[in-house]
Amino acid sequence: MTTAQPPLELANIEREQDHDSVGLATFGFWLYLMTDCVLFAALFATYAVLHQNFAGGPTGKDLFDIPYVFVETLCLLLSSTSAGLALLAMQRLDRTRLLYWLGLTVLLGMGFIGMELHEFIRLVNAGNGPQRSAFLSAFFTLVGTHGLHVTVGLIWMTNMILQIGFRGITFPIQSRLIRLSLFWHFLDLIWIGVFTLVYLMGVRS
Amino acid sequence: MEELIFGRLTLREIPYDNPIIMATLGGSTMLLLCIAFLIWYHGKWSYLWKEWFTSVDHKRIGIMYVVLALVMLLRGFADALLMRTQQALAEGSAQGYLPPDHYNQIFSAHGTIMIIFVAMPFFIGLMNIIVPLQIGARDVAYPFLNSVSFWLTASSAALVMLSLGLGNFSHAGWSGYPPLSEKNYSPGPGVDYWIWGLQLGGVGTLMTGINFFVTILRLRAPGMTLMKMPIFSWTILVTNVLIMLAFPALTVVLALLALDRYTGMHFFTNHGGGNLMMFTNLFWIWGHPEVYIVILPAFGIYSEVVATFSKKRLFGYTSMVYASVAIATLSFMVWLHHFFTMGAGANVNAFFGIATMVIAIPTGVKVFNWLFTFYRGRIEFTTPVLWTLGFIVTFCIGGMTGVLLAVPGADFELHNSEFLIAHFHNMLIPGALFGYFAGYAYWFPKVFGFKLDETWGKRAFWLWIVGFYLAFMPLYALGFMGMPRRLIHYDNSHWQPYLVVALSGTLIIFGGILCQILQLTLSIRNRAQLRDETGDPWDGRTLEWSIPSPPPAYNFARIPQIHTRDAFLSMKKQAHRTEVVDYEAILLPRSSSLGPFMGGLTFVLGFSLVWYLWWSAILALAGLIGCVVARSWDEHTEEELSAQEVCAIETSLRHPGASVSFAGKPPPVQNLTFERSPLP
Repeated sequence: MTTAQPPLELANIEREQDHDSVGLATFGFWLYLMTDCVLFAALFATYAVLHQNFAGGPTGKDLFDIPYVFVETLCLLLSSTSAGLALLAMQRLDRTRLLYWLGLTVLLGMGFIGMELHEFIRLVNAGNGPQRSAFLSAFFTLVGTHGLHVTVGLIWMTNMILQIGFRGITFPIQSRLIRLSLFWHFLDLIWIGVFTLVYLMGVRS
Repeated sequence: MEELIFGRLTLREIPYDNPIIMATLGGSTMLLLCIAFLIWYHGKWSYLWKEWFTSVDHKRIGIMYVVLALVMLLRGFADALLMRTQQALAEGSAQGYLPPDHYNQIFSAHGTIMIIFVAMPFFIGLMNIIVPLQIGARDVAYPFLNSVSFWLTASSAALVMLSLGLGNFSHAGWSGYPPLSEKNYSPGPGVDYWIWGLQLGGVGTLMTGINFFVTILRLRAPGMTLMKMPIFSWTILVTNVLIMLAFPALTVVLALLALDRYTGMHFFTNHGGGNLMMFTNLFWIWGHPEVYIVILPAFGIYSEVVATFSKKRLFGYTSMVYASVAIATLSFMVWLHHFFTMGAGANVNAFFGIATMVIAIPTGVKVFNWLFTFYRGRIEFTTPVLWTLGFIVTFCIGGMTGVLLAVPGADFELHNSEFLIAHFHNMLIPGALFGYFAGYAYWFPKVFGFKLDETWGKRAFWLWIVGFYLAFMPLYALGFMGMPRRLIHYDNSHWQPYLVVALSGTLIIFGGILCQILQLTLSIRNRAQLRDETGDPWDGRTLEWSIPSPPPAYNFARIPQIHTRDAFLSMKKQAHRTEVVDYEAILLPRSSSLGPFMGGLTFVLGFSLVWYLWWSAILALAGLIGCVVARSWDEHTEEELSAQEVCAIETSLRHPGASVSFAGKPPPVQNLTFERSPLP
């Protein structure tokens, strides 16, 4: 009937779809992390603006227990190490080691969250909750948002442990583990900022 | 106990006492029920669910976005009509017909809806449909995520619409400045509707931004380098960078306001050390780039339209690309011009004033590029070209008033006046909406296989443009005469004639909208005459015109190799080079009902948070997490279309008659070789 469609010149593409899909997913996830970085930047900026607005309440010097937070920090940093070792085990397709390291990462992550929650409860019970002053609002929100991210990471990691248990180290599971470890290391980096800017600089002023 | 179950939701929240709202509510409920009944009567619910709601096909998602935008445009325009009527009437002893509390909600809803639920879904819909076709891709990078993004946007639109009949909407303006939007001054659910409507939809938009950025960077056809990419795809790439950088700021500022309102924190409060100017800063760090997020795609559409209908290649392609990038960069350096009166000091204001004026340079580059493309072209005055010409003239006027407002001294006089209202409508209506209308008319035949009626399209354009000038030029004058924005009543009789003219302009625009509804209806009825069999009704230049209309689910049976900028044009010039003889099996993403489910759960989450229904908020959140986990366990997310099936589809699409002919040379169908690629 018609001849309007001229033939297209064809590309000689090899079928690398599956190979590409890991790269595609990782790239998109990395971009998500960058948007998350902007989100944290806005929260850090908020903290920077409000960190002297004590409204007659306690200052960072009065509240922060540096040795305690240092142990908390060590938990998270060590969990990043074990997450890295988990990924190495994944590359060797060593299921037992992979599960072992992931399990350890979950435990250390839970230790971190537990210590953070304990700190929050201690502050709230002493009347220094987020409603006390703008400084404490910004503190709870910044630290809490990071904690929320870690919690999401823990749910994700638990799901991965189940998937590895039931299905082994399949292709999509490897792809997910790569993203999970990116996420986990990213949260580590953010925590370095929190520890330095909020806690260390907080007790100095 | 009752509070535990129902939160603060009572039957008293339905505004029985407001006849305008109740009539609207009754009318729209009846309309919805009628539509639902008609769909049921024709037995189309299952078709809608299977083929549309659960679809992850970028073209169908795009169409749903555009439908959402058009429906919300009617709602936003109804708000505009109400406000214009009120202002035309309410002088001196006359009080108009709107109660103040309702009026405040109307202008807040108008702004929120027009930006977030008209402009955003309209261009996101167009980019969904067109970008993969222009770059030679079979779908977007993450088709399922795309579906989730759409349903998040749709459910937040539904949340905003619901505020009409249950409770109220924010009365704190579309920008929701504290302290007015704080709990002390706005204890009702209105501001919460606004917060969650923007917040949940914003998450969807952010995911779309990532999706299309990756799609454009990673899924272009081989040979299509960035500088060979069609200009619309370029502006979309830049827009998505802006989305990724700007939307997290919106997420944060809304979350902080929600924390203030829900848990009594002190980010923006007057007491407890809060700093309300921080809200304004954070809001406009998102808000100003947002203006370019909605305008840049329209710039891209205009560029495609100008080149196609002038039968010339786009003048100054490279400078167009750099201008887009320059505009995007500058858009992050001007946010303070929204609040020169904050008192940041003369030097800070001067910096932001100059940065604002500098934006006129890349924008001017674009305008001259369009003009030079038209110059000596064989211009066809189709509807898209009319929208473009109307845009160029009108946008230049708006741009000049913008440069005027960028002078901090002048801004101190004009800010918060009708002059500002006139200015930003003068930018956004031609700068964004006219562009989307041009794109709607231009790409309609690609999406549905038949053109829109030109006569009614042109009538709509003339009514819109005349109505626009009558509606907004008087507002500039009113601004100079000292009339503040958002007034419900005034005592200055000199203002009234201008406001009556503005109302008449709005009514003429209403005529334009009616023409557009008529255009669509008539075009669907006369689709047989308007049908386009070629897939290339405008003698197009870019890849989307190289495939049949409507395109098959996989878009391209074989991915083309690109050598030049106007890829399809050069293919047409040197036709007969290669024959399509072999087809390959194609992996397609499977439909998923998780998208609409997650949208539904998001709606429940937003609704519960507005009404303090903590139990159902927790359930909805758990449900959402469950959906994500369930998706991660699903390993059958793709299905294969065999080479034979692809061949059958292609043959029937390209040659609707039985006789098969390929560019004059008929290859016998039975001899087509099927090249089955090894599956991974």
